[in-house]
Parts: sequence; C-alpha cells; structure tokens
Amino acid sequence: MSVLIYAESENGVFKKAAFEVASYAKGVADALGTSVTAVTVNANEAGELGKYGVQKVLNISNDGLTFKAKTYASILVEASKQEGSQVIVLSSSADSKYLGGLLAGQLKAGIASNVVKLPVSTSPFTVERTAFTNKAFQQTTLTTDTKIVHVSSNAFGLHESEVGAEVVDFSPALATDSIEIASIDKATDKVTIADAEVVVSGGRGLKGPENWNLIEDLADVLGAATACSKPVSDMGWRPHDEHVGQTGKPVASNLYIAIGISGAIQHLAGVSASKTKVVINTDPEAPFFKAADYGIVGDAFEVVPVLIEKLKAFKSSN
Amino acid sequence: MKILVCISHVPDTTSKINFTENDTQFDTNGVSFIINPNDEFGLTRAMWFKEKQGASVDVVNVGDASTEPTLRKCLAIGADNAIRVNAVPTDSFFVASQLAEVAKNGGYDLIIAGRESIDYNGGVVQGILAELIGANFVNTCVGLEVEGSEATAIREIDGGKETLKTSLPLVIGGQKGLVEESDLRIPNMRGIMMARKKPLNVVEPVGDEAHSEAGSFSKPEPKGSVTLVDAGDLDKLIDLLHKEAKVI
Repeated sequence: MSVLIYAESENGVFKKAAFEVASYAKGVADALGTSVTAVTVNANEAGELGKYGVQKVLNISNDGLTFKAKTYASILVEASKQEGSQVIVLSSSADSKYLGGLLAGQLKAGIASNVVKLPVSTSPFTVERTAFTNKAFQQTTLTTDTKIVHVSSNAFGLHESEVGAEVVDFSPALATDSIEIASIDKATDKVTIADAEVVVSGGRGLKGPENWNLIEDLADVLGAATACSKPVSDMGWRPHDEHVGQTGKPVASNLYIAIGISGAIQHLAGVSASKTKVVINTDPEAPFFKAADYGIVGDAFEVVPVLIEKLKAFKSSN
Repeated sequence: MKILVCISHVPDTTSKINFTENDTQFDTNGVSFIINPNDEFGLTRAMWFKEKQGASVDVVNVGDASTEPTLRKCLAIGADNAIRVNAVPTDSFFVASQLAEVAKNGGYDLIIAGRESIDYNGGVVQGILAELIGANFVNTCVGLEVEGSEATAIREIDGGKETLKTSLPLVIGGQKGLVEESDLRIPNMRGIMMARKKPLNVVEPVGDEAHSEAGSFSKPEPKGSVTLVDAGDLDKLIDLLHKEAKVI
C-alpha cells in the first residue's frame, strides 16, 4: 500500500532530488493514510531518508550495479509489487525521466510528469502539472490502479518530517539491459544546472566566448551552475548542455541571473520556474525586465566585475 | 535500415497560450503549428541516415486531419512515407500504444521520437513505446551512429554525457545534438512539389483503455513588476537578494 519512491544517490550520497521526492511522497502518503517506502542503490546513509518522512528503505548494496534504465525499472517493478504500492513518485532528473516511461509501460500505469504540487485530490487521483513550457498548468487525473508521478525539480521543496526509517536489505532479480555503458564524461567539479540552487546565465550581450570568465567567476562566488541562451549555444560559444530555455534545459533554481540575455519568449518560458530572477542588460526595453524580479540597466562588463567583488565581501562577512 | 520518426504537431514556440471550452481545450485560434523541435532534430538525423547509409524514412503522427500539413512538411524535407493515426491524442499511453502498433506493423529498426513535445511536455511516450515493443531505448539522445545492427548512442545526463553501446531495434528520445540547429532543413520548392505525390496513409487507432483523463488548464498569475536597482548601487541588489528574496 505504501507510496514508493526511487531515492537517487551519487557516490553513495543522496541527491537533493531524493529528499524532495521523499518530502512529496510523504505528503501523498499522509493524504492516502499510508507510509513511504524508498528504493536506494548503494546509499551510504540510507536512514537519512527518515528525516523526510520515509518509513522503510529497501537498500540495494551491489557495487557492480550502475544506472541502466531497464534494470532500474525492473527493480522498481519488483519493489512496487512487494510493497503493493499504488503510487510511485520519481524526480525529474535525467535518469528518473529515462526510467519513468519504461516503468509506466511495464506496470500499465498512468503517468504524469512536471507535477508541481501535492495531488488536488487522491480519489480520483488528480495532480496539477505544468504544460506549454510553464506557460500553463494542467490538471490530470490518473485513472489506473498504479500511478506514477514525476515531481518537477525544486517545485515542492524539502519538508522535514522525521519518522525514523527502517533500512532493510533488498536483493531483487535484476533484469538485464542489453545497453552497455562505454564511457561517462562528467565534470565532477561543476554544479549541474539540474541540481543548482543558483544559475548564472549569459547571452549574446557578452559579445564572445572569450568573455565567459565573467559568467564563470560570478558563478564561482555563488556556487552556481553556468548556463547560456540559445543563440550562444547555436553559435558554438558554449556547449549545448548549457543551453537553457524551451528547447534546451529547464531551469528551476532559487536564483537565476541573466546577463546580456534579452529574454526571448522561449528563453523566459524555460527559466520561469526559477523562484527569483535577476537581469543585467544595457537595454531597458529588453523583454527580460518584464519577467525579472530585480533588474539592473547597465553594461555587464562594468557591472559584473564589481558585483563579483561585492559578493566576495558579502560571502566572507556572512 | 527502416527508420520511423515520430512527429508531434505543436504550436510555434512564440505562440500565445490560451484555452477555450471552460479552459479544457487549447485555443488554436491564430496559432501556427510546427514540427516539434525535438522531433525535427531527429528527422534531420534520419535524413542523414537515408543519404549516407541508404535508410528509408517514414514519419508518423497521432492526430486529426489538421496535422497533415506538418506531415507534408516532413515529406518535403525528404521523408519517404507519412502515416497519420486518425485520433486526437488523449494521453501519453494512448499515443505510445498507437505508435507501437505502427512500429510493429512496419517492422522498423530504428524509431526516433523527441525527448518531449513542447506543448504537453510529457516526455514519456518514447519510454512507454520502447517497453510496449520490447526495443532497446536511449532517452535524451544527443548523438547516434548505427553500423549494421549495432548502435552507439550518446545520452545527456545531469552534468555530462554517457556513451552507450546497444543494438537495433532501438527507440530513442532525441534532442538538439543529434544534429545542430544549422543542420535543420527548410523544404525547397522541389521538395514541396514531390511531397504532394508521396503517400500519406491514414490508419485508424487501435483500442486502448484510458490511463488518465485531462482536466482543466489554468495560467500562472501575472508577475509583479521588476524592482530596478541602480548599476552604481550593487550593495542594494545584494541586500535585496539576501533579505527580501532570501536566495543568497
């Protein structure tokens, strides 16, 4: 009966998304009068999930096990059957979105992605999700016995609710995935856009890739991820994986700082889930000023270096 | 190699989003429709397979007759055949079931879908499809090569990329990176003329039980106005971000 989650970890440490998914699932479980069970793989401190309302952790310890969507989907299928789970909550990470569809196909489950708040009702099971790249909300009722929900990143937040998790060993049969991982290329020293609390993003106003030290230095001070607008990625100034907007990555950080980005409608839609938006642009008519919370009309080449120094001073005194 | 490219017919990225029928239907009034951008990258990659490796390329859409201009555009770009499953899509599972039927009947080796459509942003059709037809599956795919029945795919992961070795039949959820923006093709007059003569087959949907019901839409609250801070007073900005927004 319990609500099941997949709590993602990296090198044994839970990602923030794991706690957010746990927090959300606890809310759903309370509404349904049940508890939350989590599946974890090689987590060092599986019991940590108890702080966010997880009562039982099915912990898989298997050093040879790395993420493969089909294999992980099979793990969740077995866990959901064992627990009799009717609701499965997943994050919106690349891995969770990868396995969500496979899981829905296997369980013949209705699935809703981009869910931003607790169910509007649990019987029928109706959730609210974003559509049209954050330009609208849509209510969707999942009518199947088993329901899968992808919670939007940073939409629900972390809610502590200590219940004292019971950690049990879990050794499901592992479905083989005929996909082999040949290599993984991942910057380990960089904050990812998906996980970042703060994102610093640059546009054409920076005039060329040689000026990106401004963006990187500001991001360093703030512990932020770096991002860019579509033209910047199309011109090859920055890699595609930094492109944020409607056809790039979505951003849902607490703080989004747009520098030299005019604010095309597609860009604004893709970053609108960010809680606070700051724009720095020479053109006071730039559309981004209508979407931002705070704006500075000014030249990035003059404003940003001063901002970096002032933020350093602020950080060292706070 | 037989390739099927799944095409969503979506509002242009600059469209104003409004709703009718008590906020239950998307208002198509004055909206122009395009090939879903994620699908267009996949279609262009498919054209390269056709030109360099002799693949055949079919396109499919689940939709009513209003989506045919989008399918014709795909034919003008160079697809060989188009298939329209004559049904208004109700949810991801329904669409995936229809695509699975087309995929099984056509015996395709490679099925290219987009990572997500830019209208409903579901992003799960391709995974359900892969599961329903028992094919290998790579999502958020930013690079794909096929040699014989072996495929090498690059998957975008949070903070990097993963190179995967797999085999056909394969379903991918594609996006920019499969080809670049500058590789996208605008149909020329010859392509448009030829597209008129290419087959566009309409097939009826296969039955499938409902998995979800779409409810009403709403729009976000209008945003308050921006607080402007003087470029010479950055201490104020830091103060506002710290004390008012509480984000630093």
